Amino acid sequence: MDQSTPGDQQSAGPGLALPSNLLKIVGVFASLALTFIGLTAITFIIGRVMPADPVLAIVGDRASQEVYDQVFLQLGLDKPIYIQYFKYLGQLAEGDLGTSIMTAQPVADDILRFFPATLELATVATLLGIFVGIPMGVVAAVHKGRWPDHIVRVIGLIGYSAPIFWLGMVALLVFYARLDWVAGPGRLDVYYDGIVEPKTGVLMIDAAMSGEWEIFRNAFSHLVLPASILGTFALAYIARMTRSFMLDQLSQEYILTARVKGMPERNVIWGHAFRNVLVQLITIIGLTYASLLEGSVLTETVFSWPGIGQYITNSLFNNDMNAVLGGTIVVGICFVGINLLSDLLYRLVDPRVR
Amino acid sequence: MSKIKNILLSFTALVMLSFGSAQAGTPGNTFVMAKDIADIITMDPAEVFELTTGEIIANIYDRVMMFEPEDLQTLVGGVVESWEVSSGGKTITFRMRPGLKFHSGNPVRAQDVVWSLQRVVKLNKTPAFIITQFGWTADNVDSLVQALDDNRFQITITEDFSPGLVLNALSAGVASVVDKNLVMSNEKDGDLGYEWLKSRSAGSGAFSLKTWKANEIVTLEANPDYRHGAPGMKRVILRHVSEPSSQRLLLVKGDVDMARNLTPDQIKGASGKSSIAIDNNPKGTIVYMAANAGHPILGKTEVVQALRNLVDYESMANSFLAGQFVVHQAFWPGGLWGALEDTPYKQDVEKAKSLLAAAGHADGFELTIHTLTNSPFPEIAQAVQADLAKGGIKANIVTLEGKTLWPKYRAREHDIILARWSPDYVDPHSNADAFAHNPDNRLEAKLTGVLAWRNAWADDASNMLAVKARNELDLDKRKQQYLELQTMLQKTGPFVIMFQQNEQVARHKGVVGFVSGSNFDLVFYRNVIKQ
Amino acid sequence: MLAEITLRNWLLAEIPQSKSQARCQRVYISWLAFRRNPVAVIGLLIIASLVAVAALAPWITASDGLELHLSERLQAPGSEHWFGTDELGRDIFDRIIWGSRITLYIVALVSIIVVPIGLLVGTVAGYIGGWVDTVLMRLTDIFLAFPRLILAMALVAALGPGLENAVLAIALTTWSPFARIARAEALTIRNSEFILAAQVQGVSTAGILLRHVTPLCLSSVIVRLTLDMAGIILTAAGLGFLGLGAQPPTPEWGAMISLGRQYLIDQWWVPTVPGIAILVVSLGFNLLGDGLRDVFDPKSGG
Repeated sequence: MDQSTPGDQQSAGPGLALPSNLLKIVGVFASLALTFIGLTAITFIIGRVMPADPVLAIVGDRASQEVYDQVFLQLGLDKPIYIQYFKYLGQLAEGDLGTSIMTAQPVADDILRFFPATLELATVATLLGIFVGIPMGVVAAVHKGRWPDHIVRVIGLIGYSAPIFWLGMVALLVFYARLDWVAGPGRLDVYYDGIVEPKTGVLMIDAAMSGEWEIFRNAFSHLVLPASILGTFALAYIARMTRSFMLDQLSQEYILTARVKGMPERNVIWGHAFRNVLVQLITIIGLTYASLLEGSVLTETVFSWPGIGQYITNSLFNNDMNAVLGGTIVVGICFVGINLLSDLLYRLVDPRVR
Repeated sequence: MSKIKNILLSFTALVMLSFGSAQAGTPGNTFVMAKDIADIITMDPAEVFELTTGEIIANIYDRVMMFEPEDLQTLVGGVVESWEVSSGGKTITFRMRPGLKFHSGNPVRAQDVVWSLQRVVKLNKTPAFIITQFGWTADNVDSLVQALDDNRFQITITEDFSPGLVLNALSAGVASVVDKNLVMSNEKDGDLGYEWLKSRSAGSGAFSLKTWKANEIVTLEANPDYRHGAPGMKRVILRHVSEPSSQRLLLVKGDVDMARNLTPDQIKGASGKSSIAIDNNPKGTIVYMAANAGHPILGKTEVVQALRNLVDYESMANSFLAGQFVVHQAFWPGGLWGALEDTPYKQDVEKAKSLLAAAGHADGFELTIHTLTNSPFPEIAQAVQADLAKGGIKANIVTLEGKTLWPKYRAREHDIILARWSPDYVDPHSNADAFAHNPDNRLEAKLTGVLAWRNAWADDASNMLAVKARNELDLDKRKQQYLELQTMLQKTGPFVIMFQQNEQVARHKGVVGFVSGSNFDLVFYRNVIKQ
Repeated sequence: MLAEITLRNWLLAEIPQSKSQARCQRVYISWLAFRRNPVAVIGLLIIASLVAVAALAPWITASDGLELHLSERLQAPGSEHWFGTDELGRDIFDRIIWGSRITLYIVALVSIIVVPIGLLVGTVAGYIGGWVDTVLMRLTDIFLAFPRLILAMALVAALGPGLENAVLAIALTTWSPFARIARAEALTIRNSEFILAAQVQGVSTAGILLRHVTPLCLSSVIVRLTLDMAGIILTAAGLGFLGLGAQPPTPEWGAMISLGRQYLIDQWWVPTVPGIAILVVSLGFNLLGDGLRDVFDPKSGG
C-alpha cells in the first residue's frame, strides 16, 4: 500500500510565466500517455519473453509441428517484436483489444464482463473502510494512548499484516461452512444465473434495476465475505492514516484556542479538526481504492470471484497476451487515473504546497 | 462513539438481511456439477482436445461410432446402424440410422457425417491426426470420404490399419456429427463455420449448449427428442470452481449436486457425511516419469532401470494418493482391451544401486524433475525426490503450469518430466503411437506429439512391433502384440510408468445415473436423475 | 578521573569530543526515544526473535523439515509434533523454523537491491535536476503505475518460478517509492550551505552525492523500508501462494499455505500455522516501522 509522502510534491522551482494551469494539464496528459506507453511496452516485452507458449495454449501439448506452425504464423509471432508491438498499438488505437485465447471472445467483451465484478468488490470494501475506518481513526486519535487507541491500532495492524488469501480462506471456513451466515464462493447461486440482464455488469445494481430482489439479496450475500476481507485492509489503512492526520490537527494551536474558548469537545473534533482532515482523507481513499483494484487478485482466487484480477492471473499462466495486456491496461489506467486525481487533489488543497 | 455504534449496527443489519437468501439445494430438474473448467477454450469438435470439453461435446454430439453408458466395453454404432468392411480391409461402408434429427430440426444425413469428417481434415486442428493418420489430407478427403446417398456413406483408407482401429478411432470426438446446414449458413470467409462453432453447438446428442461463459459456467439443455429418449434432467450445469476445498463446501451445503475434483483427503472428509456418496471410476489417465534419453546419464538403460527400482510406488499409492491412483506400470491403462496388468517393480534400493554402479554412477548424480503445479504432482515429485536420494541421486524440483511445461518438453529441454497422459481414443494404438513409435528421432523431425520423440528415444524393435500391431487384422494376435509391446517398454525405453487414475466423484446420495467410463470423454449425463 | 567516566556519561555528554562520539550519541538518544514506545519495542522483539530463531534453527529443530514420513501424514498438533504434520508427514514446527530463514533471506535480498537503486535514482534526480530528473522520474512513475502484484506475477512468470526470481520481481516493483523519498530529501538539501561549500572545494558530484546527500536520506529511506517490509513479505507470500515463489519442498511460508489450503477444513493447522507466522512477522515489521518513524519523524504520526 503506497503511502503518499508529502515532501515529494515539490518540483524544480518556479519560473514559468505561461498559464501554469494549462501547462499543468498538458503535462498531466503527456505523462499519462508516456506512462501508458511504458506500461504496455513492458507488459508486451514480458509477454514475449515468457516461457509459457501462447501457441500451445491454443493447440494443446499434443499438436503436431504442422498444426503448431500454422497457428504460430496466424498469431504473427514470426515477426520481430517491435513490429508486433506497433501492430498491437495500432489495433489499440482503433479500440480493438484483440481476442482472448482462453475465452475465444474479444478481450474487450471479457473485460466488460469481469471488470464490474472487481469494481463491485473494491467499492464495497472501500465503503467499509470509510464508514468503519474513519470513525475508528478519529476515536483513536482523540483517545490517544488510552485503550481505545490501542484497540484500534491492534485491529488496524492485524488487518494490515495478515496475508489476505489466508484470511479469506479462514473466513470462508468459519462464516460459510460452519456458521452458515453468508453464501459461498462465486457471485451468485447457480439457480439464478442468467436471469438478470447484465446492464451495468454490477450484479446488485442490475438486480435492483430489474426489481429482482431475491437475486439482489443473494448477490449481496455472496459479496459480503470477500468485500469484508478486502475491506479489512482498507479499514486498517484508512484508520491508521485518519489517526495520523487527526493527531496532527489536534496538536495545532487553533484547536487549543477553541478548547480554551470553551467550545464543546464534539464540535472541536468533528467540526474543526476533522473538517481539515477530510480533504487529505479523500486522497487516501483514492489510493486505497486503487490498491484494492489490483490487490483483489488473491481474494478473487479464494472466493472464485470472476473479476479482472483472476482474469489477468489466468491469462498470465496461459500466456494469453491479449488478455493480459488488455486487463493490465485497464487496471493500470484506473490505477494511474486514481493516483493522479489523488495527487492533484492533494496539491490543490495542501496549504504547505501553496 | 455512538456514531461508530450506529455504523456498525447498520452494517450488521445489512448483512443479516442477506441471511437465508442463499438457495438451499439445487433445483429438482437441474444437475449441477462443481468442476474446474478452466481448460475449455473452444466448443468446436474439430478442435477440442481438452479433458473437460471432451466430455461436454460427448454429451452434445452423437458420433459415428460410440460407447454407450449402458455397456462401456462394447463399441456400437452412433449415428450409423450397420457397416461393412471390404475384403481388402481398406473400405468401410456405413448405413445411417433412420429418422435422426439435429437440435435445429434438420435431419441427420450421410452428407452431414461426410462433411463433418472432411471438415476436421481440412481445418487440420490438433485432434485431426486421429483420422488423418488413415492417409486423409485436405486434397484427397473429398474423394476418400463420400456420401453414397442420404443414408449411406463410405470411407477409404490408404494405410494398412486394422479396421478395428479405424472403427475405434471413429468413436473419438473428431467423429462428432455436426449439422452441416446450420453451420454453413453461419460460415464466414470460407472458414467452414470455425468462428461460429467456437462457442456454440450444432449437434444431435442428448443435450445442446445453452451458454458457455469462460471460467464461469457451462449450461446444457436437454434434447427431449434424443434417440435414446429424453434425458433425466432438463438442464446440466458445470460450475467453475478451481479450489477443491470450495467444491467440497459447496457440495456439503447442497449448492451443487456433485464435486468432480476433490482430492483424496477431501473425499475422506466428505464421505463422512451421510448424505454424500462416493463413486469410484477407473480412468485411462496414467501418471509417468520420462527421462530424456538425450541426457548423457539418463540415456543409459541401466540408469532408467535403476529409477524404476528406486520409486516406492506402493507407499505413495497407500498414502496421499490413496483411492485416486493405483499402481500401474504399462502404457495402456488397465481395464481396457489389450492392457498389461503386470506390475513387476517395487522399491529395491540395493538393486538400483548396483544398476547405477554398473552404469558407472555409483556416486550418484544430480538432475531436475519438472512437473505440474497442481496436486498431486508436487507431492509425487517430492516423494520421488526422497526415493531417488536413497540411490544417491540428487533431484531438484521445478513446478510449472502446463502451458509453461509443455514447450520445454516438446523442445527436449528437460531431464525428467513427471506428467500424465490420457488416450485420445479407445484403441491401444493411441498410446502405442505416443510411447513406442518414433519413426524419426532427429531433432528436425519435430514429432512433438510423440512422447518417445520428446524423450529422444527410438528403438527399431519397438517401432516395428507398434506398426505390426496397428495393422494386424486378427484380434487375438493384435492383443498379444500389444502385451508384448508393453512388456518391452517396461524394460527398455525412457518411461517409468507409475500410476493409473481412479476418478473419485462425490455426489449427493439422491443424484444417481452419472456414468463415467475409462476414457476422458466417456462421461454421460443423460441418465442422471434425482431420487 | 578517567575511571569516573562511564559509558553512559560518555554517551550523554553535552559536547561530543569527536565525530564518532557524536554518531554514537545520536544512535543512543534515538534508542532512548524508541524505547519509550512499548509497541515499537514489541516490534523490535518480534524481529529479533525472528533473527534468533533463524540463526538457531539447527539446534531448535528435530529435523530439517524436508524428510517425508508418509505414514505420519496430517497429524494434529500434539506432544510429538507441536504444530502437527503436513500432507507429506513433515513436522510443521520444524518447517516454520527453517522457513524463517527464507523470510529473512527475502527481507535481506530485497533490501539490498531496493535501497541502493532507490537512493541512486532519487539522489541523482533530485540533485542534478533538469532533464535527468524528468527522465528518471518518468521511469519511476511507470513502475509506480504498474499494479504491484500483477507486475511481480508477470515478471516471475517470465523469468521462471523460483525464490530468487520472485525476490527480483518484488524488488523491481518496490523500489520506486524509495527513489521518490530520496529525491525529495535531495531537493531539500541541494541548495544548502555545506553542499555549496563542498562544491566550491571541488568535490565531484559523485563525491557529494555519496558522502553528503545520501547519508541524510538514509533515515527516511530506512523508515520507509521497514514499513514496506510487511508488504514485501505479504507479496512474497502471495507469489508463493500462486506457485510462483519458492519451489517444493522448500518451506517458504506462502507456499506452505498454498499447498496446504486444500486441507483447511479437516486439518486446519496445515495452512493456518504458516499464515499466523506471516501475520506475526508482518506485524513485527509494522510495529518496528511505526516506532522508527516516531523517532525520526515525530510530526507524522505521533
